[in-house]
Amino acid sequence: MDFSSFLLMRHEIILLAVILLLVVAEVSISNAKKSSVVHLAIFLFGIHTIVGFFKIDYGSLFGGMFQTNELIHFFKNVLNIGVLILLLQSGDWLEEKIIQQQRGTEFFILLFSSLLGMYFMISAGDFLMFYLGLELSTLPVAALAAFEVTKRISSESGIKLILSAALASGVSLFGISMLYATTGSIYFAEISEAITASNLTILGFVLFFAGLGFKISLVPFHFWTADVYEGAPISIASYLSVISKGAAVFILMILLFTVLKPLMHIWENILYGVAIITMFIGNLFALRQQNMKRFLAFSSIAQAGFILLGLITGNQLGTTTVVYFVLIYIFSNLAAFGVVQAISLKTGKENMSDYEGLYRTNPNLSLVMMLALFSLAGIPPVAGFFGKFFLFTAAASKGYYLLVFLAVVNVTISLYYYLLVIRAMFLRKSDNAIPYFKSKIYMKLGLLITAVGILVIGLYSPLYDYIHELSKSVF
Amino acid sequence: MDILSLFIIVPIITILVLVFTKNLKQARVVSMIGSAVQLVMAVNLVFAYFKERAVNDSIMVFTKDVVWFEQFNIHYNIGVDGISVALLLLTTIVVLAGVFISWKMYHLPKEFFISLIVLSVGVYGFFISIDLFTMFVFFEIAVIPMYLLIGIWGSGPKEYSAMKLTLMLMGASAVLLVGILGIYFNSDADGGALTFNILEIAQVNIPFEAQKLFFPLTFIGFAVIGALFPFHTWSPDGHASAPTAVSMLHAGVLMKLGGYGVFRVAMYLLPLGAIDWSWVFIILSVIGVVYGALSAIRQTDLKYINAYSSVSHLGLVLFALLMLNKTAWNGAILQSLSHGFMTALFFALIGMIYGRTHTRDIGKLGGLLKVIPFISVIYVIAGLASLGLPGFSGFVAEMNIFVGAFQQEDTFMRVATILSISVIVITAVYILRVVGIMLMGPIKNDAYLKLEKVTWYERFGILLLLIPIVGIGVAPLWLSDMILESLDPFIKGLL
Repeated sequence: MDFSSFLLMRHEIILLAVILLLVVAEVSISNAKKSSVVHLAIFLFGIHTIVGFFKIDYGSLFGGMFQTNELIHFFKNVLNIGVLILLLQSGDWLEEKIIQQQRGTEFFILLFSSLLGMYFMISAGDFLMFYLGLELSTLPVAALAAFEVTKRISSESGIKLILSAALASGVSLFGISMLYATTGSIYFAEISEAITASNLTILGFVLFFAGLGFKISLVPFHFWTADVYEGAPISIASYLSVISKGAAVFILMILLFTVLKPLMHIWENILYGVAIITMFIGNLFALRQQNMKRFLAFSSIAQAGFILLGLITGNQLGTTTVVYFVLIYIFSNLAAFGVVQAISLKTGKENMSDYEGLYRTNPNLSLVMMLALFSLAGIPPVAGFFGKFFLFTAAASKGYYLLVFLAVVNVTISLYYYLLVIRAMFLRKSDNAIPYFKSKIYMKLGLLITAVGILVIGLYSPLYDYIHELSKSVF
Repeated sequence: MDILSLFIIVPIITILVLVFTKNLKQARVVSMIGSAVQLVMAVNLVFAYFKERAVNDSIMVFTKDVVWFEQFNIHYNIGVDGISVALLLLTTIVVLAGVFISWKMYHLPKEFFISLIVLSVGVYGFFISIDLFTMFVFFEIAVIPMYLLIGIWGSGPKEYSAMKLTLMLMGASAVLLVGILGIYFNSDADGGALTFNILEIAQVNIPFEAQKLFFPLTFIGFAVIGALFPFHTWSPDGHASAPTAVSMLHAGVLMKLGGYGVFRVAMYLLPLGAIDWSWVFIILSVIGVVYGALSAIRQTDLKYINAYSSVSHLGLVLFALLMLNKTAWNGAILQSLSHGFMTALFFALIGMIYGRTHTRDIGKLGGLLKVIPFISVIYVIAGLASLGLPGFSGFVAEMNIFVGAFQQEDTFMRVATILSISVIVITAVYILRVVGIMLMGPIKNDAYLKLEKVTWYERFGILLLLIPIVGIGVAPLWLSDMILESLDPFIKGLL
């Protein structure tokens, strides 16, 4: 066997090396200097992210179990950037809270293992690899959600996540077994040739879709979202809403557009309905939220509904717009969560009413938050507008004007609750506003990158063209 | 750098400089210089346009076309015709006047002027866009700063008004988005490529079914900001709560985006849909015209009076556009301009009166002519212009509209026209009522005897707005020539 072909798994191998290095570091660094683990981990992951951009060959390994192409490679880089920003934003939290409890390294090992699972999941060439990746990406996150052991609510959220995730992946596995029963294969390439729209296949697809729908938190598989986000540490809530969701959307898209393409007339209708209820439920429930984490949880459910508008097309335009939207969504949501985290870390306050008068005391944080919310709401000239407009264009290209209409109604509803936060920060005055504070360099850097990303990604059209070029490799 | 892109770049530079200003003095001087440069550029553009028009007979001149998103055929494509030149001139004047009127904006001055100028970038970009996508982007950029402008610097129930205004306008633009996508995906009906370019789409015969479906979406999407009944309810609340300069800009300029968008996009690109649907919107706009004027009679708050008067006047613009002939269209554009200057002037005067007397309730005001004669006299002049007295811009506009409307011969149109002409009388009632109660009569409050004198910057802002009102009224021909020759491509679509 030619070992050089293992280089196709470069992302996975380097990340594994980073994890092992961190294990060594855990053993060899004395307790007094444990905070250097944070710097080390961010540094190593930074290098990993940069190396990811170097050119690489594409192909498949292990008889087709593992595959890469340009788009998959690009998407792993996108996930890396997201995780890097997230690490920067949570650096202060780790140093101040977690290192004291001697648990810094576990955080990184668990987080990176979960990311490794996502790599395998989106690179999967058969359902076995897919399922292994899915499990590996979920289980460590449950441990991370319960990471603040001193808080009861955090343990609660860990239990909630692991129970619902176990159920979801069980259902998904059941669906996969039905697909195997009807097609006689677990390899994607063979399934796409053998699959027909029999009742058993459709049932299998629906169960399988439910499992992924759980990860994307589509309605009606969304019940865990708000509770878990509220209890989990903010960086983990952020991870779940951005990285985990992004990876699940991506693999769902690959499967729908290639393997399950023959069932398109079936899943079109399913996605149509799910998109509508996801947008409405997410948005309507977000209206009344007071806790910022719950607020962002429902907002991220609604955003998932918008993503389905791109998935429903089943063509290259859909692929491009979905990847583009997810990229923008990562930056926007990370910015919002970053601000929430910065404030929560310094003051412990997480409610919308605590944000009143924030602009007068912390103008820069408020401006980043405003950018993030405008981007989530889809207001030009920030990136979110372009992401949403192109998603809607993709849906309209298939003639789904009614769906687009319902989506724009939802954009207006969502604008209301995003404006509520802006109202608290800019319009209101408060006697006990959050006092001025300075964040440390990691947090500043993390927020700066997201802010620049939000401003630039939309206006810089070559990026879109680049993704469009890459998305040819899916078909 | 081409002459039109400067209209975007200069305000952006102004904003960047504003970021580094430290206090009110610096902020207002920077904004004034920026807006004054814009005004000079706009005046220069008018002359350059006449010169260019003499040798160039394409629909749009000074065009510039840069590919933006290649996959969707989205371009940064700009150009102007007579209509957009006139509206650009209006915008620069109102913005500069607004800066003068906000000379004493002590509360967060930097943020105020930045938001104001961001809004103006949206308006400039909207008027020069040929590409539907770019146009839509600028449309939303123009709307969203209103939330902060009303919410932070407003008065009264400002949070409510700001939220209502923003949601209604953004909701409308969301509907508009569906309409634009509909137009886009039908732009290949003749076998060409999909395009957002307005001039190219106008050459395409979009199927009648599609026109019928997407015309109302596009029309309503734009007309909400032009205060189409029954979607006008954001306007009185928004105007009443907004600070003076924002009311000026909003009523004077922002509401013009509605009429312009309806004309340039909905009616130009979907002419068959316009003919098919016109009766519905004629009924709505006539209701708006009459209802707005009648509501104005019953209001006691000066800003509400003016806001309802705007609903009435802009209803007339939509009504005239739907009359589908050149005379009425010319009147509609002139009415847009004339209303822009007049209503900005009104709001400036109301702001000055309110700043001195601390009330906008006409019942509490009286005899102002004796104590603040400058403001009062200008108020009377603006009022007379508003009710369409010959010699002012309002007369020229309304004359054209009604002459154009009477060219429609069937009974329905006749009835609609007669109903909307009745508004001239009603306008006279509410204008003269305010003048009588507020300016004439005894001085109701002794404190009014010691009112502050009019300052130089206020005079400056007022005169800036007054000159074009009289100018258009006395010598309307150069303007209507400029507009009329730009109307030809629009009428061709209907034949």
